[in-house]
Amino acid sequence: MNGPHDLGGQMGFGPVAPEKDEPYFHAEWEKRALGVTLTAGAMGQWTIDESRHARECLHPADYCSSSYYEIWIKALETLLKRHGFVSARDLAEGRAVDSAPQPKRVLKAENVPAVLAKGGPCDRPVDAPARFKVGDRVRTKNFHPTGHTRLPRYARDRNGVVEAVRDGFVFPDTNAHGKGENPQWVYAVVFSAAEIWGEGADPTLTVSIDAWESYLEPA
Amino acid sequence: MRASAARPRFRRMPHDHDHHHDNELDPMAARVKALETILTQKGLIDPAAIDAIVETYETKVGPRNGAKVVAKAWSDPAYAEWLKKDATAAIASLGFTGRQGEHMQSVFNTPDTHNLVVCTLCSCYPWSVLGLPPVWYKSPPYRSKAVIDPRGVLSEFGVSLPAETKIRVWDSTAELRYLVVPLRPKGTEGWSEERLAELVTRDSMIGTGLALEPQAA
Repeated sequence: MNGPHDLGGQMGFGPVAPEKDEPYFHAEWEKRALGVTLTAGAMGQWTIDESRHARECLHPADYCSSSYYEIWIKALETLLKRHGFVSARDLAEGRAVDSAPQPKRVLKAENVPAVLAKGGPCDRPVDAPARFKVGDRVRTKNFHPTGHTRLPRYARDRNGVVEAVRDGFVFPDTNAHGKGENPQWVYAVVFSAAEIWGEGADPTLTVSIDAWESYLEPA
Repeated sequence: MRASAARPRFRRMPHDHDHHHDNELDPMAARVKALETILTQKGLIDPAAIDAIVETYETKVGPRNGAKVVAKAWSDPAYAEWLKKDATAAIASLGFTGRQGEHMQSVFNTPDTHNLVVCTLCSCYPWSVLGLPPVWYKSPPYRSKAVIDPRGVLSEFGVSLPAETKIRVWDSTAELRYLVVPLRPKGTEGWSEERLAELVTRDSMIGTGLALEPQAA
């Protein structure tokens, strides 16, 4: 979707303003927000793609005025409600009022090191051979899907070159919507800044994305 | 709880105003506490697991991991080759695996080319080697600007590259996570990996910084 998250090349947000010796957390609630998000995700009831899509579906004004942990929590409420684990009444009262289904898993403290060390690999075998090879010229799709996609707007309808064939990966555009993993080959595709930004682009700059095969056509 | 005036996160935070709340929780603190309470009461999460997660990312997983990888790559050509070809395995060999580091890719700076990593669409970041991302990495100013004006971004970090240096920006749009291997500073011949690792900053592994010069470490 053309949501507020798709920020590449937008202007007017002001300086990056890196904070010297920045702490990992700026408030105690941020620690709990991280932990609640990860432990709720560990129930296994939704995918990372669905959670990303829940974040980018925040209203643009809300997204842009929220810190990242705020975005996480707002999206987590959406996911928990959507999957029936939390009700509007629960949230209104700040305690468990309605019952919830049994989740696939509950992450216990003693399993945290192993679960974090294992992560959630997203590479999958793909039956078909890779359509493109290193050095191929490709053109990215011009599309504006209303659902989740990982092809940023600035990189749509652009000519680029395949720099690497990565591996087969879960396809987020379907997986975010419960329509299956449908793994595809992923490629590193590099673009000149002139191709993306046109007039006045930095001649020393190239930008690459990791693109799923169906985002690409032969150029 | 009071929002720090020095906090450089994205502006116009709903709660960035300058007074204390003595008898109430910050609205976000209350919201997160309520969510944790509800999920705990329903038996869906274990609050002790949250403590364990926080402890992991406060004390165990951070940019010192990545610094060890870079220092080894500087010291050991065979390891550097492995890191180029199969970063996931080469990094795992040092014990750094896991969440948001499942599929690693290393990108080596050269005298001609400087690499910079961003996630324009969300906040993808190599947790297993760099830990949790800083606020600026996740915020709109960096995510919007890095792909169109990386030299402007670098100048904010005090980095000025020669005009002819090529800049390569890696937008982490898929599940690959990028680790920049900065150039090894001159004057560090014969240094141990431990000593070299002290020159490797978090920002130098994102590409918004360079490795420290020996006299600055």
